[in-house]
Amino acid sequence: MAATAPTDFTNSVVVTDEVAEFSSAVVEEMKSHLVKYPPERKRSALIPLLFVVQRERGYVDNAGANFLAKFLGLEVTDVWETATFYSMFNFRKIGKHHIQICKTLSCKIVGEPEITNHICKRLGIHPGETTVDGKFTVTMVECLGSCGTAPMMQIGFDYHENLTTEKVDRILDSLK
Amino acid sequence: MEIKAIGCEPLQLKRMHIEDGHTLRVYRETGGYAALKKALTMSQDDIINEVKASALRGRGGAGFPTGMKWSFVPRQSPKAKYVVCNADESEPGTFKDRYLLERDPHALIEGMLIAAYALGSNVSYIYYRGEYKYLIDIMDKALDEARAANLLGKNILGTDFSCELYTHTGAGAYICGEETALLDSLEGLRGHPRMKPPFPAVEGLYACPTVVNNVETLTAVPQIIEMGGIKWRDLGTEKSGGTKLWSVSGHVKKPGVYELPMGYKDMEKFILEDCGGMLRADKKLKAVIPGGSSVYIMNADQIIGKNVTLDYEGLVAGGSLVGSGGFIVMDETVDIMESTKNLTEFYKHESCGWCTPCREGTDWLVKIFDRIAAGNGKPEDAQLLLDICDNIEGKSFCALGDAAAWPIQSAIKRFPEDFKKWLTKNTNGN
Repeated sequence: MAATAPTDFTNSVVVTDEVAEFSSAVVEEMKSHLVKYPPERKRSALIPLLFVVQRERGYVDNAGANFLAKFLGLEVTDVWETATFYSMFNFRKIGKHHIQICKTLSCKIVGEPEITNHICKRLGIHPGETTVDGKFTVTMVECLGSCGTAPMMQIGFDYHENLTTEKVDRILDSLK
Repeated sequence: MEIKAIGCEPLQLKRMHIEDGHTLRVYRETGGYAALKKALTMSQDDIINEVKASALRGRGGAGFPTGMKWSFVPRQSPKAKYVVCNADESEPGTFKDRYLLERDPHALIEGMLIAAYALGSNVSYIYYRGEYKYLIDIMDKALDEARAANLLGKNILGTDFSCELYTHTGAGAYICGEETALLDSLEGLRGHPRMKPPFPAVEGLYACPTVVNNVETLTAVPQIIEMGGIKWRDLGTEKSGGTKLWSVSGHVKKPGVYELPMGYKDMEKFILEDCGGMLRADKKLKAVIPGGSSVYIMNADQIIGKNVTLDYEGLVAGGSLVGSGGFIVMDETVDIMESTKNLTEFYKHESCGWCTPCREGTDWLVKIFDRIAAGNGKPEDAQLLLDICDNIEGKSFCALGDAAAWPIQSAIKRFPEDFKKWLTKNTNGN
């Protein structure tokens, strides 16, 4: 199974002129970010708005990037230049639930490997992969600021701490 | 997980266990915003002088004197001034800011407003690491409360001072904790550090005078204004004023966030008593990284019986640094080659890629560690690792290069047996 990281950019984007459309509520949400910055500095809203695009489109795609370029008065290359730097942006579809397991030292020395092995065995995938039913993607990530409650994982934006294999099973059971 | 003060009254941790401590109502009930009221009657110079007198040093990791940083801002400049809070907390082993942001957001708001007033700023930002999204939501609610109470926005508390505060999200990049990379990221760019000088105080956000301070640095400001700089300083020592938060993790019974007076005696007692002692009674202390992964790793024989004081001078004398206070305790089950490999992978992942020595060097270091961990280490690898570290340290735009080198240099020096074991055994049979 291909283990391409969700953030891998090359080979996954087909560039066209398509521009995404968003509801007026979402556009208002985007405008609410714009007001925080000087009017001649719209690019400051790029990262907050990339998150909105990712939420609405599933990931940062060609049409979403084209929209942001228009909305912010940027070149589309400016949008990709920024987006590709940051680890939290995905450039292809990933699983419904993104399981991000911290692998950094404080988690590693209090049981992360056991948790990682348990999750990967239960889901039948390796880190970097997505389950065949599209429900889960597992990624190893760096320190999430949860070292006192290690080992831990972040699913989407939610923190799950003080993990045991039993707790992991309860969490995964509860995810639709 | 523990959150408590030891050896001092909780100041930073004052509201950690109070129900609804994150709300404006409880913040005010516990004395909040009295410091802002007082500050608005003081001159800008007087506020900056109190911060100087406090001996407060940046709590993010670099430890630069805060009052001095503030005094570099040219307040006469016609350009806008900015105060930016660095809430990008990403240094491995560090999690103190997370709890300040979660349980006491108004303390940060008050600290930033006092800083903004002192520096002539009317718009300021809190830059959060992207993974801390739930904390941004908490702060946005607190900011709305402050606006509704005339504590934020136009004519604060009926004075001439107007100031807006906004949250801003990062998107997963440790390097954006470096203050100039943070500013580039805030401008919507890739997070590359800038050449310094010019420093942010002169040319920062949007090329305007900017002060970037850590969360814990800014939450100390209301305390300093309320009790006076000297009194705050004297909670600690003359050169290391006030109190500091230590994020304790690893092989102790009671990991958590501890507030200690600067100059706390001593590191051995802190580990073996205050933090509950070793996690497993039969596994002895082997190593400690006291200030976040970037500082020198310490051998237990540099701690036990050595009276290492927990402040800036004490840790330097003891062989490491305060850094971010990310205090990682390791027992004898940890292989120091493997722990160092783990951190080297971190720096390679997080290198922004701008400077050749760091970009290429961290990648090469990981490749060598991979080869060693696969059983193909050679005796000359220790010197090879040190040579590469030497080609990175001090030879890049920012401290990430140094941060990648220091763990390896200190680990090889202080745990030679752990490396020897990998570099002389050879599972290939050669």
